[in-house]
Amino acid sequence: MDMNEIKEIFFQECEEQLAELESGLLKLNDGDRDPETVNAVFRAVHSIKGGAGAFGLDDLVSFAHVFETTLDCVRSNKLEPNQDVLKVMLKSADVLADLTNAARDGGSVDEARSKQLIRELEALANGEMSAAAEAPVARAAPVAAPVPAATPAVNDEGFQPIPFSFDDFGDEEQPAESGVPTYEILFRPKSELYAKGNEASLLLRDLSRLGEMSIHCDTDALPLLEDMNPEEAYFAWKISITTDKGEDGIRSVFEFAEWDCDLEIRAVEKKSEAGVEAQDELPMQPVPFDLSILDEPTDVIVSEPEPVSPASAADFGSNVVPMAGAGRDEAPASEQRAAVAQPAAGPAAASAASSAAAAPTIRVDLDRVDRLINLVGELVINQAMLSQSVIENDNNGLSSINMGLDELQQLTREIQDSVMAIRAQPVKPVFQRMSRIVREIADATGKSVRLVTEGENTEVDKTVIDKLAEPLTHMIRNAVDHGLEPPEKRQAAGKNPEGTVRLTAKHRSGRIVIELADDGGGINREKVRQKAIDNDLIAPDANLSDEEIDNLIFHAGFSTADKISDISGRGVGMDVVKRSIQALGGRISISSRPGQGSVFTMSLPLTLAVLDGMVVTVAGQTLVVPLTAIVETLQPEASAIHSFGASQRLISIRNSFCPLVDVGRILNFRATQANPVEGVALLVESEGGGQRALMVDAIQGQRQVVIKSLEANYTHVPGIAAATILGDGRVALILDVDAVVAASRGQSLKQEISLAATG
Amino acid sequence: MKKKVLTVDDSRTIRNMLLVTLNNAGFETIQAEDGVAGLEVLEEANPDVIVTDINMPRLDGFGFIEGVRRNEKYRAVPILVLTTESDAEKKNRARQAGATGWIVKPFDPTKLIDAIERVTA
Repeated sequence: MDMNEIKEIFFQECEEQLAELESGLLKLNDGDRDPETVNAVFRAVHSIKGGAGAFGLDDLVSFAHVFETTLDCVRSNKLEPNQDVLKVMLKSADVLADLTNAARDGGSVDEARSKQLIRELEALANGEMSAAAEAPVARAAPVAAPVPAATPAVNDEGFQPIPFSFDDFGDEEQPAESGVPTYEILFRPKSELYAKGNEASLLLRDLSRLGEMSIHCDTDALPLLEDMNPEEAYFAWKISITTDKGEDGIRSVFEFAEWDCDLEIRAVEKKSEAGVEAQDELPMQPVPFDLSILDEPTDVIVSEPEPVSPASAADFGSNVVPMAGAGRDEAPASEQRAAVAQPAAGPAAASAASSAAAAPTIRVDLDRVDRLINLVGELVINQAMLSQSVIENDNNGLSSINMGLDELQQLTREIQDSVMAIRAQPVKPVFQRMSRIVREIADATGKSVRLVTEGENTEVDKTVIDKLAEPLTHMIRNAVDHGLEPPEKRQAAGKNPEGTVRLTAKHRSGRIVIELADDGGGINREKVRQKAIDNDLIAPDANLSDEEIDNLIFHAGFSTADKISDISGRGVGMDVVKRSIQALGGRISISSRPGQGSVFTMSLPLTLAVLDGMVVTVAGQTLVVPLTAIVETLQPEASAIHSFGASQRLISIRNSFCPLVDVGRILNFRATQANPVEGVALLVESEGGGQRALMVDAIQGQRQVVIKSLEANYTHVPGIAAATILGDGRVALILDVDAVVAASRGQSLKQEISLAATG
Repeated sequence: MKKKVLTVDDSRTIRNMLLVTLNNAGFETIQAEDGVAGLEVLEEANPDVIVTDINMPRLDGFGFIEGVRRNEKYRAVPILVLTTESDAEKKNRARQAGATGWIVKPFDPTKLIDAIERVTA
């Protein structure tokens, strides 16, 4: 793995963190005050900053830093995350996303915007901080020495001053009078130093790298063996070192240990012979060292034999384990015991609880999954073929074979479902993206909008998710721009000036249904109707139901906004939305109530790899009609068929007339029209909400089929959506219902598609 | 024998960087993605030194360090904390929890290896 790969991982991770950030902020916006939510938000920004720092992405780091600082104020309850604060934070999250994208793909960000937000974030942090300034100071006080070790100032705070005279000791070896200064160091570790995994010998080793040095170990504090606590620190060292690294250099060696030892460093003056002479013979005892250290062993030894109960034994370990500060651990450990019933079981219990929270996941290359799905598709076909040939050849009904085959079929189905589930993903990321879109449009239009999402964890095939983002974006834009009224108007109508857009996902009968509802003014039918007349979409005297008028907005080039705004008027209308939904095998409809808003309902297949179809026969060919398109099937009676014009026919169904479409004729399977009475009519709903009756010769059955792209293997064929392989090994074509219906309106399919050859 | 380092960090980016850096420096690296996971693998990893982040879900660095220090077998293992721009208060809390030392982010391979060598024999 090289740096570029890690960078790629970083950006992937950024995406996840940004999603986390946004959803956390939205939760806070909804009044969630769970500290864990704040923590998660903080962590997301923190993590982005950390990674960005490692890659030298300075813009990202500096913005994330300011953001983080402000979030830290929220985290420490210095800043109340009210709506105004969150508004700034959500915008900051957007800018952070932009900066991340810019760092990955190049390109620039709106610098003015990010600078503005930095100012706003800083204002939030500073404004609140100065008000609450006293609290943090007071809290910081009892904590010892929160100063980086490198700063000499630490001398004053790093340890308690000990009345100690340097004159009492020095060193035997006085270095030659090079220009390099000599320092005398008294280093007396406390037991905490060892408890934290530091090691005096390693520190001395490091120290020796700084220059010429001599060490004297003071063992005077060592008690008799029987009084000795193996976890106590009894030794002290006197060191004399000649180094050009200065006092700071020496201190940096003790950087990690500084709090846990007594450390005195003194530069030796060039001519200090007197002190040197005096020191060697002088015993250490008279010096009032930190006597509490010496006292401690007694206390500990008294209490040590006591831990016979298993809990505390596990907690402290046995006495023979070296270098662990039992004395120091006493207090926190007992606290811990109070908090957790069995300290030893603590981590295990925690892990059990957490594993329920986050199931382990793996990341797999999408290609591999697709390959698997493809193979399973082949398996399904193969299994169907096998079943069919066994049935054909086995007239005796050998039950063991049949039973085996049944089981195989069931297994195959299950494998197929499981494999499909691998590709299924929650719609959450797409929904999350929408909240940003809403924010941006709300800003641009000066409307106040609240996006409510439901069913974010509803799962659907990844391809569907990927392709959903674009139409959904347009719809959201439309909903805010056209659907919701301006605040004044809402207020005048007695509504909450803040509009609500509700985005919902749910599973319904094997499909995913996504609803986008706004509480705006609803479709202005008068306006839509007028516009349709102006654009020659309908005749001026056409008699249209409300539903039909509403559906007019799905026609190409239709926009009811008086002037094309730069938000929804980007040449993309609802017709494009509708087409992209249909391309996914979905349907979209609208229901609107004046003054109360509109609801767009999209129904999409869960997967694009299989399809529930009705297998039909048309002029000797086997075709598959997507089940989702079929409203009902019926056997026409002669009396219900009415002819008009040259070749047009209508069928009357429950007192309404519906055009009859002869599929065989449209696809050029036959030259003359079939007799409707001998066939079956499939009532289908097509583009624009109209119904048509498709004439086929017979229905063979209903089946789940694996979709095989025709375009990938052959070329696009008008009227045909795709192909599949049936159980008997034959290729069947999947009907493109909308294209066939459109063709029946006179825009006939191209002549060259004589499909008899293909079937 | 290779020295074993247990790294605990919730960021995949940092985990990978640690992995590459430590492996290049001749360490054997075991990784965990948060404090809970860190404590879970502690026994198996049997590390000579631990490098941990502070801000992590489930169990943060402070909790993790305390957990290690409570483990009778591993309580003396050196633990280095990854911190950002020498946040004094955090450093201090980590120290109180039982951290041996710290490495200041942004991540710098040389500093990391230096710090590890400082606390291991």
